[in-house]
Amino acid sequence: MGDAMATLHTRSAARLMIAPSVLLLLAWMIVPLALTIYFSLLRYNLLMPGMEEFAGLTNYTYFLTDPAFFQAVFNTLAIVLGVLFITVVGGIGLALLLDQPMFGQGIVRILVIAPFLIMPTVAALVWKNMFMNPVNGLFAWLAKLVGLQPFDFLANAPLFSIILIVAWQWLPFATLILLTALQSLDEEQKEAAQMDGAGAWSRFIYLVLPHLSRAITVVILIQTIFLLSVFAEILVTTNGGPGTQSTNLTFLVYAQALLQFDVGGASAGGIIAVILANIVAFFLMRMIGKTLEA
Amino acid sequence: MARNVSTQRKLVTTVVAWAIGILIFFPILWTFLTSFKTEAQAIASPPAFLFFDWTTENYFEVQSRSNYFKHFMNSVVVSFGSTLLGLLIAIPSAWAMAFAPTKRTKDVLMWMLSTKMMPPVGVLVPMYLIFRNTGLLDTRTGLVMVLTLINLPIIIWMLYTYFKEIPGEILEAARMDGASLAKEIIYVLTPMAIPGIASTLLLNIILAWNEAFWTLNLSAAKAAPLTAFIASYSSPEGLFYAKLSAASTMAIAPILILGWFSQKQLVRGLTFGAVK
Repeated sequence: MGDAMATLHTRSAARLMIAPSVLLLLAWMIVPLALTIYFSLLRYNLLMPGMEEFAGLTNYTYFLTDPAFFQAVFNTLAIVLGVLFITVVGGIGLALLLDQPMFGQGIVRILVIAPFLIMPTVAALVWKNMFMNPVNGLFAWLAKLVGLQPFDFLANAPLFSIILIVAWQWLPFATLILLTALQSLDEEQKEAAQMDGAGAWSRFIYLVLPHLSRAITVVILIQTIFLLSVFAEILVTTNGGPGTQSTNLTFLVYAQALLQFDVGGASAGGIIAVILANIVAFFLMRMIGKTLEA
Repeated sequence: MARNVSTQRKLVTTVVAWAIGILIFFPILWTFLTSFKTEAQAIASPPAFLFFDWTTENYFEVQSRSNYFKHFMNSVVVSFGSTLLGLLIAIPSAWAMAFAPTKRTKDVLMWMLSTKMMPPVGVLVPMYLIFRNTGLLDTRTGLVMVLTLINLPIIIWMLYTYFKEIPGEILEAARMDGASLAKEIIYVLTPMAIPGIASTLLLNIILAWNEAFWTLNLSAAKAAPLTAFIASYSSPEGLFYAKLSAASTMAIAPILILGWFSQKQLVRGLTFGAVK
């Protein structure tokens, strides 16, 4: 009887302790999102206050038929896939390298991790000015050194340049996680494989890669969530341009909202971005859910 | 003989790894060096690597021209404020879910995490309008609120995975001794939970310090933290590389040091405990 009381007591106490976070996150999830959906159905421009009217799905058809939208979807995917490719392949390579015995391993690790800790605006501006600038950048100097014309990265290859900058920031993340996973690979297993006469390549394909598969999935899914929303790097380097060449979905919605003051259109774009992100999130949640059971 | 080969291999690995490490770190090193140059030296061709007249003038310039310290303090207040507030809300929740789990605990955790998957741009418009209409736009209070909300799921998750590792028998024993819930928390749980809480604190300060969507969109001259302040260097007039470098060096140095101390926690926190 006393035991049951205690349990009941603990249970209601537990509920009370969880309540604040649940209520806050519930409000955070529902209120703004509901407002976005509501706004997306209105003709509503901040420059014309008091002129709001119901517009049905006009904003969606406007957004979905805008050529800039397709460019933005393409750019969003290009950034996600480009950065994923560089960071996963580079991350596996770096993790394998850092897992080898060497002198000063700790310091090398610190050097490799560093870019992940740099705020996006600093990273982007440093790359833009001190490396990619066609007159004063280091790349221009290197090009001239070997007798080439300096290349104006952000004007001529804006999307590629942004992918490069973002990949530099995320390579440490992939490396760190894959290295952690690699270090949990049983030393005995590796030695046994070596005894069996397995070469370095077949050891990598049949032992290391399968062991890393879970960590690689985690890297891909988590990075995708963040990469879908790349913003600051675009804002301070190309401002989405030239034209809309480096505008992703996040930047397009931002421009529609805070530069064009088109609340309705921007909200419709926001909802489309939410739907796209949810497709990815669905897979990520299943993945993390599985690890909870393990 | 075998030993010779392995030493040789170790040397080669060392050289290759150091070369790649330095290459990856180079932009940061270059920023640091440039911050001690004059503006003319900063764009000199060929570039000066170490042999230039070192000056600390840029650091003073950045402060006197744009009140750097104000933005630095904005970053401190916003990142520490949102993290501490988040911990205050999250610690009881994580504790309850770790030690008094119910059938629904897993679903609640997963749902909390799912709020993190919402792209910020999906709620940019209403947040901007709410902030504008309530006077929260360009205030540190407003930024603390938003950053608390966006990092709360990560804080709860990290704490949960740490708390779960605390053996439940210890709590049972304390309960047998007749310790009240409050005493249980203060004397038994807290000492064991401190390392986990500290790691969570560290990671979230890093995340909040570097957050660059909401800080850029919801702050202007007054409450702008360093992320937004540095962004103002994107449309410069005249020579500014050395000053940009000085401002950047001061903005990233504290976080670099914090981050290097918490490498392990970075992995754990950012993968929601999926990779340890």
